[in-house]
Amino acid sequence: MDSDLIVQILFAAVKTGTPLLFIALGEVICEKSGVLNLGQEGMMLMGAVVGFLAAYGTGSAGLGVLAAMLMGCVMSLIFAVLVLHLGANQVATGLALTIFGTGLSAFIGSGVVGQTIQGFQPIAIPLLSDIPFIGKILFSHDILVYSSFAMTFALMFVVNKTRIGLTLKAVGENPHAANAIGIKVLRVRYLAVMFGGVMAGISGAYMSLVYTPMWVENMTAGRGWIALALVVFASWRVGRIMLGAYLFGLASIMHLVLQGLGWSISPNLLAMLPYVATVVVMVIISADKFKEKLLAPRALGKPFDPRQMA
Amino acid sequence: MKKHNLVSRLELVNITKQYPGCLANDNISITLMPGEIHALLGENGAGKSTLVKTIYGVVAPDKGDIIWDGKEVNIKSPSIARDLGIGMVFQHFSLFETLTVSQNIELCLSKTQLNKIGDLAARITQLSEEYGLNVNPSRYVHSLSIGERQRVEIMRCLVQSVKLLILDEPTSVLTPQEVSGLFGVLRTLSEEGCSILFISHKLHEVTEICHKATILRGGKVVDTCVPNEETPASIAKMMVGDLAEQDAGYAKKEGTERAFNVENLSLPAKQPFGTSLKNINFELKSGEILGIAGVAGNGQDELMAIISGEDERNVKNSLSLDSLDIGHLHAGERRKLGMAYVPEERLGRGAVPDMSLTENTLLTHSDGFVKNGLVEWQSIKEYTSALIAKYKVKCHGEFSEAKSLSGGNLQKFIMGREIGQNPKVLICAHPTWGVDVGAALAIHQALLELRDQGAAILLISEDIDELFLLADRMAAVCDGHLSPVVRTEATNIDQIGQWMAGTFINNSSLHTQEAKA
Repeated sequence: MDSDLIVQILFAAVKTGTPLLFIALGEVICEKSGVLNLGQEGMMLMGAVVGFLAAYGTGSAGLGVLAAMLMGCVMSLIFAVLVLHLGANQVATGLALTIFGTGLSAFIGSGVVGQTIQGFQPIAIPLLSDIPFIGKILFSHDILVYSSFAMTFALMFVVNKTRIGLTLKAVGENPHAANAIGIKVLRVRYLAVMFGGVMAGISGAYMSLVYTPMWVENMTAGRGWIALALVVFASWRVGRIMLGAYLFGLASIMHLVLQGLGWSISPNLLAMLPYVATVVVMVIISADKFKEKLLAPRALGKPFDPRQMA
Repeated sequence: MKKHNLVSRLELVNITKQYPGCLANDNISITLMPGEIHALLGENGAGKSTLVKTIYGVVAPDKGDIIWDGKEVNIKSPSIARDLGIGMVFQHFSLFETLTVSQNIELCLSKTQLNKIGDLAARITQLSEEYGLNVNPSRYVHSLSIGERQRVEIMRCLVQSVKLLILDEPTSVLTPQEVSGLFGVLRTLSEEGCSILFISHKLHEVTEICHKATILRGGKVVDTCVPNEETPASIAKMMVGDLAEQDAGYAKKEGTERAFNVENLSLPAKQPFGTSLKNINFELKSGEILGIAGVAGNGQDELMAIISGEDERNVKNSLSLDSLDIGHLHAGERRKLGMAYVPEERLGRGAVPDMSLTENTLLTHSDGFVKNGLVEWQSIKEYTSALIAKYKVKCHGEFSEAKSLSGGNLQKFIMGREIGQNPKVLICAHPTWGVDVGAALAIHQALLELRDQGAAILLISEDIDELFLLADRMAAVCDGHLSPVVRTEATNIDQIGQWMAGTFINNSSLHTQEAKA
């Protein structure tokens, strides 16, 4: 296999991993606050269709992304009100949100199926993109890929180095204790869930404006679910999510690679790889109880009612 | 106590809080002066917790005023309370285990406070030396013992230079030596003018350290006193009314023949923060209570789990009941042979929270109430109501959910249910933890009655007074080692306290070495 092919494969892995990176970054923040939002797929689809419609209508891909972010945020707000305010079961509500988003996106996008638009164009970053190997893989993408880099590093800093990150972890680990020291638990969780929604929206917009600049019903093809697996795979660490997203991206284009090598393996088998990897990681994590205890947010999925003090 | 000035630090005026079906606080008025250590006493459900949560801004009162340093204040949230200078150490610690000590403390501070302090870690180290708290700012909380965690909580308040420190049963998890350390800190704080509100069930501690005491019963203030002019017995009387006879002199008994034996029991820890059991040997005789003292987390849970069969590892040759090896049997088989358990954790281990009391009775009494595979609901219901009546369990009836009962009442129910099996051996952990004086008395009498009927009872408790009260023979655990077993009359609180801190360990390992040589 020559080096050109390797560069192309890795370039494609970054590109394929980017929507996973966006949505998983949103979900990890959400989960760190103790809220499990299984509505990722629905939020992402709504972001994709609304982003496409806005870009199609206005001719501006930038406005498309903005609209998608807003839509993701609205979807997550629905979830947040049900789960945080009314104390609904997080798992059931998240699943409902996905079903809702899948149906509604198909409905409002039915008129533009098959239409194409001018999406974001790649911008090669001067100097950086001239670096052999790396330059082509990392610095010859479009603006959204670059912003996903920036977002990852910004979140790594916020989560690990700032008081906001500390507060977030505290709320996800022990909301009652957090409440007792005066942290507004529900407010933190609302913000975290909404951040997750905005990121899911961007991720959807990436699908319909960059990855394949068009709208097709159910075009995210389960990426919302892969993102949930990815968060566990990365054991709730922001940095590892980036790595994991590209690995998962690589896994999902693996069939092309193998075809290039002359092997024929069913792409359906290869599509399992991210999930198999996640199961393996989960087994490794839970084999070590000590690590398990330190990694997962303790109060994940548990509703918090400030009126009931533990 | 120095009188710094005449303005009270905190004054509560006619605080009233109504919960559905329960008047938790009924016109409570209390005054605290600067530097005063004030005890808040009362049985479980007397309204102490509600009252301190009101002061700390967690619970909003329906009626009444809070006056702080002479000014009326509205404490709507804990952050307002902290801004005023009120700090609280919770009974169930409110620390974040995955964060460091320093991060835990940082979370409680406002930006202005942080800026004023500058280097937080240095400040913690400095305060730690000043008050002898021995708190290392860079350690992760999950690696700390219970006593250390409590000191972190106190440190959290000190860093904020509190003027009122609220402690909710601070000593229940400490060794006697740690308790005296804590009291030293509290006295220093008091001399510096910090007021302290101290909730405790342990009356001798109140008489030792508190300047004043307010006694609550049924949500009302029933009495106030100056504790060092009273005796624990007289205070107990104020707490429960005229019911209690706080008599320390239960007759001690000698057991008859050996009922249960533990031999060379060594077991590595299963849990990441667990304790390994190290060569434990003791025998339990019929008609005696053997008390095992120790600070939480020194192997009691592990010992209990392996004896009950909850820990399913095979220790065939180490446990025997009536000379029959039982270490390989599962929990149900051990129960059938006449063992019964009262675990520490009432909800979840002792009883299923979402099931009714009747169903919970059925869980350990299945033999008598199941015929041909069918449950005889009528007879189990009658049995349960008899149990409720006998042990005066306060509940809405035999179909109340276990989780709806207060801790003390549920404990009385579980005790009654287990005693009702007429066990040959009863293993019982912390039977009166968090239980009020009246219920504790009932539980003590039930245990003594069972002993007098010839049962062998293993009593694991952190409450050293209770052990001296009930146990015929005593030992202590420390770090998975069991101390020698002695007759209760032949020992004293100092010796047991030292054993709890592990002074016996070197000696006993020397002995085993000698034996080997």
